[in-house]
Amino acid sequence: MAGTAITPTRMVLNQLKGRLKTARRGHKLLKDKRDELMRQFLDIVRRNKVLRAEVEQGLTEAFASLQVASAIMSPEMLEQALMYPRQSVELGMTFKNIMSVNVPVYDFRTKNNDPSEIFPYGFAQTSGELDDALEKMARVFQDMLELAQVEKTMQLLAQEIEKTRRRVNALEYVMIPDLETNIRYITMKLDENESSTKVRLMKVKDMVLKDAHDFK
Amino acid sequence: MLKIAVIGGAETVIGFKALGLEACPVANAEEAREVLRHLTRDSEDYAIIYIEENLAAELKHDIDRYKDVPKPAIILIPGREGSLGLGQSALKAAVERAVGSDIL
Repeated sequence: MAGTAITPTRMVLNQLKGRLKTARRGHKLLKDKRDELMRQFLDIVRRNKVLRAEVEQGLTEAFASLQVASAIMSPEMLEQALMYPRQSVELGMTFKNIMSVNVPVYDFRTKNNDPSEIFPYGFAQTSGELDDALEKMARVFQDMLELAQVEKTMQLLAQEIEKTRRRVNALEYVMIPDLETNIRYITMKLDENESSTKVRLMKVKDMVLKDAHDFK
Repeated sequence: MLKIAVIGGAETVIGFKALGLEACPVANAEEAREVLRHLTRDSEDYAIIYIEENLAAELKHDIDRYKDVPKPAIILIPGREGSLGLGQSALKAAVERAVGSDIL
Protein backbone atom coordinates (compact mmCIF):
# COMPACT_ATOMS: atom_id res chain seq x y z
CA MET A 1 0.00 0.00 0.00
CA ALA A 2 2.71 2.41 0.94
CA GLY A 3 4.59 1.48 -2.20
CA THR A 4 1.75 1.85 -4.66
CA ALA A 5 1.11 5.17 -6.28
CA ILE A 6 -1.78 7.13 -4.83
CA THR A 7 -3.12 10.27 -6.32
CA PRO A 8 -2.69 13.12 -3.86
CA THR A 9 -6.10 14.70 -4.22
CA ARG A 10 -8.62 15.83 -1.71
CA MET A 11 -11.08 13.18 -2.85
CA VAL A 12 -8.65 10.34 -2.24
CA LEU A 13 -7.76 11.89 1.09
CA ASN A 14 -11.39 11.85 2.15
CA GLN A 15 -11.79 8.27 1.01
CA LEU A 16 -8.72 7.22 2.94
CA LYS A 17 -9.91 9.02 6.04
CA GLY A 18 -13.19 7.16 5.82
CA ARG A 19 -11.42 3.87 5.46
CA LEU A 20 -9.17 4.59 8.39
CA LYS A 21 -12.18 5.31 10.53
CA THR A 22 -13.82 2.04 9.51
CA ALA A 23 -10.60 0.14 10.04
CA ARG A 24 -10.22 1.58 13.54
CA ARG A 25 -13.77 0.68 14.45
CA GLY A 26 -13.41 -2.80 12.96
CA HIS A 27 -10.21 -3.29 14.86
CA LYS A 28 -11.84 -2.39 18.13
CA LEU A 29 -14.81 -4.65 17.50
CA LEU A 30 -12.68 -7.59 16.44
CA LYS A 31 -10.46 -7.15 19.43
CA ASP A 32 -13.49 -7.29 21.71
CA LYS A 33 -14.71 -10.37 19.87
CA ARG A 34 -11.35 -12.04 20.26
CA ASP A 35 -11.23 -11.31 23.98
CA GLU A 36 -14.69 -12.70 24.56
CA LEU A 37 -13.99 -15.79 22.46
CA MET A 38 -10.84 -16.34 24.42
CA ARG A 39 -12.68 -16.15 27.72
CA GLN A 40 -15.22 -18.72 26.59
CA PHE A 41 -12.51 -20.86 25.06
CA LEU A 42 -10.53 -21.05 28.27
CA ASP A 43 -13.63 -22.08 30.21
CA ILE A 44 -14.22 -24.83 27.70
CA VAL A 45 -10.64 -25.97 27.75
CA ARG A 46 -10.80 -26.31 31.51
CA ARG A 47 -14.02 -28.30 31.29
CA ASN A 48 -12.53 -30.46 28.58
CA LYS A 49 -9.50 -31.21 30.66
CA VAL A 50 -11.59 -32.41 33.58
CA LEU A 51 -13.90 -34.44 31.37
CA ARG A 52 -11.07 -36.07 29.49
CA ALA A 53 -9.45 -37.18 32.70
CA GLU A 54 -12.77 -38.57 33.91
CA VAL A 55 -13.48 -40.40 30.69
CA GLU A 56 -10.04 -41.90 30.48
CA GLN A 57 -10.21 -43.04 34.06
CA GLY A 58 -13.72 -44.44 33.65
CA LEU A 59 -12.96 -46.24 30.44
CA THR A 60 -9.82 -47.78 31.81
CA GLU A 61 -11.85 -49.13 34.71
CA ALA A 62 -14.60 -50.37 32.42
CA PHE A 63 -12.10 -52.09 30.16
CA ALA A 64 -10.47 -53.71 33.14
CA SER A 65 -13.83 -55.12 34.23
CA LEU A 66 -14.52 -56.28 30.71
CA GLN A 67 -11.15 -57.97 30.68
CA VAL A 68 -12.03 -59.85 33.82
CA ALA A 69 -15.38 -60.82 32.34
CA SER A 70 -13.80 -62.08 29.16
CA ALA A 71 -11.31 -64.09 31.20
CA ILE A 72 -14.11 -65.82 33.03
CA MET A 73 -16.38 -66.38 30.07
CA SER A 74 -15.46 -67.99 26.81
CA PRO A 75 -15.06 -65.55 23.90
CA GLU A 76 -17.97 -67.16 22.06
CA MET A 77 -20.23 -66.75 25.04
CA LEU A 78 -19.20 -63.16 25.47
CA GLU A 79 -19.82 -62.34 21.88
CA GLN A 80 -23.12 -64.08 21.91
CA ALA A 81 -24.20 -62.22 25.03
CA LEU A 82 -23.42 -58.85 23.51
CA MET A 83 -24.32 -59.62 19.94
CA TYR A 84 -27.73 -58.11 19.86
CA PRO A 85 -27.97 -54.87 21.81
CA ARG A 86 -31.24 -54.15 23.48
CA GLN A 87 -30.37 -50.58 24.07
CA SER A 88 -30.27 -48.17 21.21
CA VAL A 89 -29.17 -44.60 21.13
CA GLU A 90 -30.73 -41.71 19.37
CA LEU A 91 -28.78 -38.57 18.99
CA GLY A 92 -30.18 -35.23 18.06
CA MET A 93 -27.98 -32.35 17.19
CA THR A 94 -28.82 -28.69 17.46
CA PHE A 95 -26.55 -25.72 17.19
CA LYS A 96 -25.72 -23.07 19.67
CA ASN A 97 -24.26 -19.77 18.63
CA ILE A 98 -21.23 -18.63 20.59
CA MET A 99 -20.01 -15.32 19.20
CA SER A 100 -21.11 -16.25 15.69
CA VAL A 101 -19.53 -19.69 15.90
CA ASN A 102 -22.02 -22.49 15.48
CA VAL A 103 -21.20 -25.19 17.96
CA PRO A 104 -23.08 -28.47 18.24
CA VAL A 105 -25.25 -29.37 21.18
CA TYR A 106 -26.06 -33.03 21.39
CA ASP A 107 -29.36 -34.20 22.63
CA PHE A 108 -29.12 -37.78 23.61
CA ARG A 109 -31.91 -40.25 24.13
CA THR A 110 -31.76 -43.89 24.88
CA LYS A 111 -34.60 -46.11 23.89
CA ASN A 112 -34.77 -47.80 27.24
CA ASN A 113 -34.63 -45.49 30.15
CA ASP A 114 -34.54 -48.16 32.77
CA PRO A 115 -30.89 -48.56 33.78
CA SER A 116 -31.35 -52.26 34.41
CA GLU A 117 -32.41 -52.67 30.82
CA ILE A 118 -28.98 -52.13 29.39
CA PHE A 119 -28.06 -55.78 29.61
CA PRO A 120 -28.85 -57.45 26.33
CA TYR A 121 -28.67 -60.95 27.75
CA GLY A 122 -30.13 -63.20 30.35
CA PHE A 123 -28.32 -63.41 33.63
CA ALA A 124 -28.23 -67.17 33.77
CA GLN A 125 -25.39 -67.82 31.40
CA THR A 126 -23.17 -64.85 31.93
CA SER A 127 -20.91 -63.86 34.75
CA GLY A 128 -21.56 -61.00 37.10
CA GLU A 129 -18.37 -59.31 36.01
CA LEU A 130 -19.91 -58.61 32.64
CA ASP A 131 -22.84 -56.83 34.27
CA ASP A 132 -20.36 -54.83 36.22
CA ALA A 133 -18.37 -53.89 33.15
CA LEU A 134 -21.45 -52.81 31.23
CA GLU A 135 -22.70 -50.75 34.08
CA LYS A 136 -19.41 -48.91 34.28
CA MET A 137 -19.48 -48.43 30.55
CA ALA A 138 -22.97 -46.96 30.64
CA ARG A 139 -21.94 -44.57 33.38
CA VAL A 140 -18.83 -43.35 31.59
CA PHE A 141 -20.79 -42.93 28.40
CA GLN A 142 -22.62 -39.88 29.73
CA ASP A 143 -19.28 -38.20 30.23
CA MET A 144 -18.09 -39.34 26.82
CA LEU A 145 -21.02 -37.63 25.21
CA GLU A 146 -20.35 -34.37 26.97
CA LEU A 147 -16.70 -34.73 26.09
CA ALA A 148 -17.59 -34.99 22.42
CA GLN A 149 -19.60 -31.81 22.63
CA VAL A 150 -17.00 -29.90 24.58
CA GLU A 151 -14.14 -31.07 22.42
CA LYS A 152 -15.86 -30.14 19.20
CA THR A 153 -16.76 -26.75 20.62
CA MET A 154 -13.17 -26.27 21.63
CA GLN A 155 -11.88 -27.05 18.16
CA LEU A 156 -14.36 -24.78 16.45
CA LEU A 157 -13.64 -21.94 18.85
CA ALA A 158 -9.91 -22.41 18.38
CA GLN A 159 -10.36 -22.03 14.67
CA GLU A 160 -12.46 -18.89 15.06
CA ILE A 161 -10.02 -17.36 17.51
CA GLU A 162 -7.16 -17.99 15.14
CA LYS A 163 -9.05 -16.30 12.34
CA THR A 164 -10.06 -13.33 14.49
CA ARG A 165 -6.57 -12.95 15.85
CA ARG A 166 -5.16 -12.78 12.36
CA ARG A 167 -7.68 -10.16 11.35
CA VAL A 168 -6.94 -8.07 14.41
CA ASN A 169 -3.22 -8.25 13.71
CA ALA A 170 -3.62 -7.48 10.03
CA LEU A 171 -5.67 -4.41 10.88
CA GLU A 172 -3.40 -3.29 13.67
CA TYR A 173 -0.05 -3.80 12.02
CA VAL A 174 -0.75 -3.47 8.30
CA MET A 175 -3.98 -1.77 7.37
CA ILE A 176 -4.07 1.05 9.90
CA PRO A 177 -0.37 2.07 9.65
CA ASP A 178 -0.57 1.97 5.85
CA LEU A 179 -3.63 4.15 5.78
CA GLU A 180 -2.02 6.58 8.17
CA THR A 181 1.12 6.82 6.03
CA ASN A 182 -0.93 7.45 2.92
CA ILE A 183 -3.00 10.09 4.62
CA ARG A 184 0.11 11.82 5.86
CA TYR A 185 1.60 11.66 2.39
CA ILE A 186 -1.46 13.24 0.79
CA THR A 187 -1.74 15.93 3.44
CA MET A 188 1.85 16.88 2.93
CA LYS A 189 1.51 16.91 -0.84
CA LEU A 190 -1.60 19.06 -0.62
CA ASP A 191 0.12 21.51 1.72
CA GLU A 192 3.03 21.68 -0.62
CA ASN A 193 0.76 22.42 -3.57
CA GLU A 194 -1.03 25.03 -1.60
CA SER A 195 2.11 26.88 -0.60
CA SER A 196 3.49 26.76 -4.11
CA THR A 197 0.22 28.14 -5.44
CA LYS A 198 0.38 30.88 -2.86
CA VAL A 199 3.91 31.79 -3.84
CA ARG A 200 2.94 31.80 -7.48
CA LEU A 201 -0.02 34.06 -6.81
CA MET A 202 2.09 36.50 -4.85
CA LYS A 203 4.59 36.55 -7.65
CA VAL A 204 1.87 37.20 -10.22
CA LYS A 205 0.36 39.89 -8.04
CA ASP A 206 3.72 41.60 -7.83
CA MET A 207 4.09 41.48 -11.57
CA VAL A 208 0.59 42.83 -12.15
CA LEU A 209 1.12 45.62 -9.64
CA LYS A 210 4.38 46.50 -11.25
CA ASP A 211 2.68 46.76 -14.64
CA ALA A 212 -0.29 48.74 -13.34
CA HIS A 213 1.64 51.39 -11.46
CA ASP A 214 4.38 51.46 -13.90
CA PHE A 215 7.09 51.01 -11.31
CA LYS A 216 10.30 50.85 -13.12
CA MET B 1 -31.75 -39.20 13.87
CA LEU B 2 -28.01 -39.24 14.07
CA LYS B 3 -25.79 -42.07 15.12
CA ILE B 4 -22.65 -42.59 17.11
CA ALA B 5 -19.90 -44.90 15.93
CA VAL B 6 -16.96 -46.43 17.75
CA ILE B 7 -13.88 -47.52 15.84
CA GLY B 8 -11.39 -49.68 17.64
CA GLY B 9 -10.10 -53.14 18.27
CA ALA B 10 -12.73 -55.87 18.42
CA GLU B 11 -12.35 -56.19 22.17
CA THR B 12 -12.68 -52.48 22.74
CA VAL B 13 -15.82 -51.91 20.73
CA ILE B 14 -17.78 -54.90 21.98
CA GLY B 15 -18.61 -53.14 25.21
CA PHE B 16 -19.95 -50.11 23.38
CA LYS B 17 -22.08 -52.26 21.21
CA ALA B 18 -24.11 -53.25 24.21
CA LEU B 19 -24.79 -49.57 24.88
CA GLY B 20 -26.41 -49.23 21.51
CA LEU B 21 -23.60 -47.53 19.67
CA GLU B 22 -22.50 -48.61 16.25
CA ALA B 23 -19.44 -50.75 16.75
CA CYS B 24 -16.86 -50.93 13.98
CA PRO B 25 -14.22 -53.47 14.91
CA VAL B 26 -11.00 -53.09 12.93
CA ALA B 27 -7.74 -55.00 13.01
CA ASN B 28 -5.26 -52.32 11.95
CA ALA B 29 -4.92 -48.67 11.05
CA GLU B 30 -5.45 -49.28 7.35
CA GLU B 31 -8.78 -50.87 8.01
CA ALA B 32 -9.64 -48.08 10.40
CA ARG B 33 -8.93 -45.54 7.69
CA GLU B 34 -11.29 -47.33 5.35
CA VAL B 35 -14.02 -47.45 7.96
CA LEU B 36 -13.52 -43.82 8.90
CA ARG B 37 -13.71 -42.81 5.27
CA HIS B 38 -16.85 -44.80 4.86
CA LEU B 39 -18.47 -43.28 7.94
CA THR B 40 -17.62 -39.72 7.09
CA ARG B 41 -17.89 -39.59 3.34
CA ASP B 42 -20.56 -42.03 2.33
CA SER B 43 -22.92 -41.25 5.12
CA GLU B 44 -24.26 -38.16 6.81
CA ASP B 45 -25.70 -39.97 9.74
CA TYR B 46 -22.78 -39.98 12.11
CA ALA B 47 -22.47 -37.05 14.46
CA ILE B 48 -19.88 -38.49 16.80
CA ILE B 49 -17.16 -40.98 16.00
CA TYR B 50 -15.11 -42.32 18.87
CA ILE B 51 -11.81 -43.75 17.80
CA GLU B 52 -9.21 -45.66 19.74
CA GLU B 53 -6.05 -43.72 20.44
CA ASN B 54 -3.51 -46.17 19.09
CA LEU B 55 -5.34 -46.22 15.76
CA ALA B 56 -5.82 -42.49 15.74
CA ALA B 57 -2.09 -41.95 15.95
CA GLU B 58 -1.75 -43.21 12.38
CA LEU B 59 -4.86 -41.48 11.10
CA LYS B 60 -3.93 -38.03 12.25
CA HIS B 61 -4.17 -36.61 8.77
CA ASP B 62 -7.66 -38.00 8.18
CA ILE B 63 -8.87 -36.87 11.57
CA ASP B 64 -7.50 -33.35 11.28
CA ARG B 65 -9.58 -32.84 8.20
CA TYR B 66 -12.73 -32.86 10.31
CA LYS B 67 -11.46 -30.50 12.96
CA ASP B 68 -13.04 -27.39 11.49
CA VAL B 69 -16.43 -28.74 10.52
CA PRO B 70 -19.27 -29.07 13.03
CA LYS B 71 -20.03 -32.62 12.05
CA PRO B 72 -18.79 -35.22 12.73
CA ALA B 73 -16.93 -34.83 15.99
CA ILE B 74 -14.08 -37.30 16.07
CA ILE B 75 -13.10 -37.99 19.64
CA LEU B 76 -10.18 -40.08 20.78
CA ILE B 77 -10.72 -42.57 23.54
CA PRO B 78 -8.14 -44.66 25.30
CA GLY B 79 -7.87 -48.28 24.27
CA ARG B 80 -7.61 -51.32 26.45
CA GLU B 81 -4.01 -50.62 27.28
CA GLY B 82 -4.96 -47.37 28.99
CA SER B 83 -4.40 -43.79 27.98
CA LEU B 84 -1.58 -42.84 25.63
CA GLY B 85 -2.06 -39.14 26.29
CA LEU B 86 -3.07 -38.42 22.69
CA GLY B 87 -6.41 -37.02 23.75
CA GLN B 88 -4.63 -34.52 25.95
CA SER B 89 -2.38 -33.57 23.09
CA ALA B 90 -5.42 -32.72 20.95
CA LEU B 91 -6.43 -30.30 23.67
CA LYS B 92 -2.96 -28.86 23.71
CA ALA B 93 -2.99 -28.40 19.95
CA ALA B 94 -6.27 -26.51 20.11
CA VAL B 95 -4.93 -24.20 22.81
CA GLU B 96 -1.77 -23.57 20.84
CA ARG B 97 -3.78 -22.79 17.79
CA ALA B 98 -5.99 -20.29 19.57
CA VAL B 99 -3.51 -18.61 21.86
CA GLY B 100 -0.36 -18.96 19.83
CA SER B 101 1.53 -20.69 22.59
CA ASP B 102 0.97 -23.46 25.05
CA ILE B 103 -0.37 -21.81 28.17
CA LEU B 104 -1.45 -24.92 30.04
